[in-house]
Amino acid sequence: MKKTCNVNIKPLTRVEGHGNIRIKIKNGKLQEAKWEVIETPRFFEAILKGKKWDNAPWITGRICGICSIGHTLASIRAVENAFGIVPDEQTRKLRILLKHMETLQSHTLHLCFLVLPDFMNTGSVFPLIKTHGDVVLRAAKIKKLANDVCDCIGGRRMHPTRTVVGGFTMLPEKEELRGFGDRLKDIIEDLMLVAELVKGFNLPDFTRETEFVSLKGEDSYPFIGGDMVSSDGVRMREEEYKKMTNEYMTDQSTSKWCRLSRDSFAVGALARLNNNFEFLHPAAKDAAGSGIGVAAVEVPRGILYHSYEFDDNGKIVKCDCVIPTGQNHANIQHDLEGIAEKYAAQGKTDRELELLTAMLVRAYDPCISCSVH
Amino acid sequence: MEAGETGTRTYLGVPLYRPRVAFFEFSSCEGCQLQILNNESTLLDFLSLVEVVNFREAMTARSDDYEIAFVEGSITRDDEVKRLKKIRKKAKVLVALGSCACFGGVNQLKNRFKDLNRVNKEVYGKRPIESGPVRTLEDIVKVDLKIYGCPVKKEEVEKIVLHIAIGKSIVLPKYPVCMECKRNENICLFELGEPCLGPVTRAGCDSWCPNSRAGCWGCRGPADEPNMEQMKKIMEEYGFSEETILDRLECFGGFSSLMGKGNTK
Repeated sequence: MKKTCNVNIKPLTRVEGHGNIRIKIKNGKLQEAKWEVIETPRFFEAILKGKKWDNAPWITGRICGICSIGHTLASIRAVENAFGIVPDEQTRKLRILLKHMETLQSHTLHLCFLVLPDFMNTGSVFPLIKTHGDVVLRAAKIKKLANDVCDCIGGRRMHPTRTVVGGFTMLPEKEELRGFGDRLKDIIEDLMLVAELVKGFNLPDFTRETEFVSLKGEDSYPFIGGDMVSSDGVRMREEEYKKMTNEYMTDQSTSKWCRLSRDSFAVGALARLNNNFEFLHPAAKDAAGSGIGVAAVEVPRGILYHSYEFDDNGKIVKCDCVIPTGQNHANIQHDLEGIAEKYAAQGKTDRELELLTAMLVRAYDPCISCSVH
Repeated sequence: MEAGETGTRTYLGVPLYRPRVAFFEFSSCEGCQLQILNNESTLLDFLSLVEVVNFREAMTARSDDYEIAFVEGSITRDDEVKRLKKIRKKAKVLVALGSCACFGGVNQLKNRFKDLNRVNKEVYGKRPIESGPVRTLEDIVKVDLKIYGCPVKKEEVEKIVLHIAIGKSIVLPKYPVCMECKRNENICLFELGEPCLGPVTRAGCDSWCPNSRAGCWGCRGPADEPNMEQMKKIMEEYGFSEETILDRLECFGGFSSLMGKGNTK
């Protein structure tokens, strides 16, 4: 039994961006467990200062290559909230469909391309093309459909072109949408097969009581705007996002960290599920104040906040973006301590612990460059 | 099939050499790399052309033995300079992938502020983070090939990789996006009341944004001998302010040398 372990993953692979995992165990006792974020900042909040409102969605969409649609939609909503623009029903419906499709392609990428190799004992999805071709092709089919819908509604699957303040520069043809309707029905069976596959995964045995934060749905699953709730009973309005996130700096990360009722909280698909399993309260709709616009959007990895303050000329004087992965970092750190503590006494090998801790962080599907921005 | 061997793929009956390629990223959104994974319908074909030996976003194994390095992102920190120089040493061909790598991309917008400490303070308050001015790859090392765009167009990347594999020369369009836009029979965006840099931006994207009735922001940088004077005149003629033109010209950094400022060579 080996009870001394040294894990040094630098940087973690199959995640977006750059983060390191360090674990030290001596004689079965945990000495150190650290989640470090080393990504270089790009200073988007400063970049936008002095720029006119129409630059915001175009530039902030570039915070992230995976969830650029989410960023663009959050940015547009913040601008619209600042100026009291209420999008019409058609726009709202198309935006939510676009959002869903980004979530579908992102979750498929995460689950089938980034996570699946862990459960198949390979280092990437590439060797699985030969051994599990059906699984990979099914994932590619789902991902392609989701991306095709994004192309159709947003103009482009990444850094969308048609999404603007007030609506869309161009609308999809009815026939195109009908075609997608058929293809979407067709992939339900594929999605069920993916779910079956995931059910069969031998998940590592680790649980930790966690505060979950998400948007709260009114009459359906929440994705764009509305109140935020936490599983510890906190409920706040969109424009109160700062009180929900409480960003602070820490030495081990170039991304800011967040906390709410405890030392850390988690956002993302699991938080959405936990907080919206049943709809208990109808959420209150709020109009935003003059010159300041806040938007909360559920992007694949959790709640994304954009907040802009405009001067009389519609130029940005203050910009703030709070990223889901930034909100998760503290929780990842606490989970990492928890899992390392749990397995410290069991005499795991370095290799085993390396895999377990990498899988833990990967489970959050972190978007690290996004969190540093 | 092992990398470096001639494989089952042939071109005009000649077996193709399968180069070892690596992907790397610096300050960026990693979107250009993701574009490679985003071409679901042609991904398998692409993988039969090259052997990917380094792709942190998608695979755990890494190797320092590669021939072509695709490098995304701009350079803002000393450790990035070191890493880039190391990649340059190992790679036979270094390809700058996307606007951040070629021109600094949206990241270089921070360079327009003279006092970068204030930029740092704006975001991190009293706990600033190490970060210098945004530089392009070419500011640090020799770049053999540039693939423009924010994001890069996956079809263009595939075409370039194919050309490398079969040893064909790579010629980027010298003409502006306007030519492609006309060929696509789009309504001119100026007629729709939208500003557009299509008349001066390098083509190759198949007028991606104008096809969606969104004006061009110049992410691919200037075409050969762009007529900036005429561009300015058109903008004025259609009533767009100087600020609107500047917003677009400075957005991705490609035009910075023509604007008499910035860092791009």
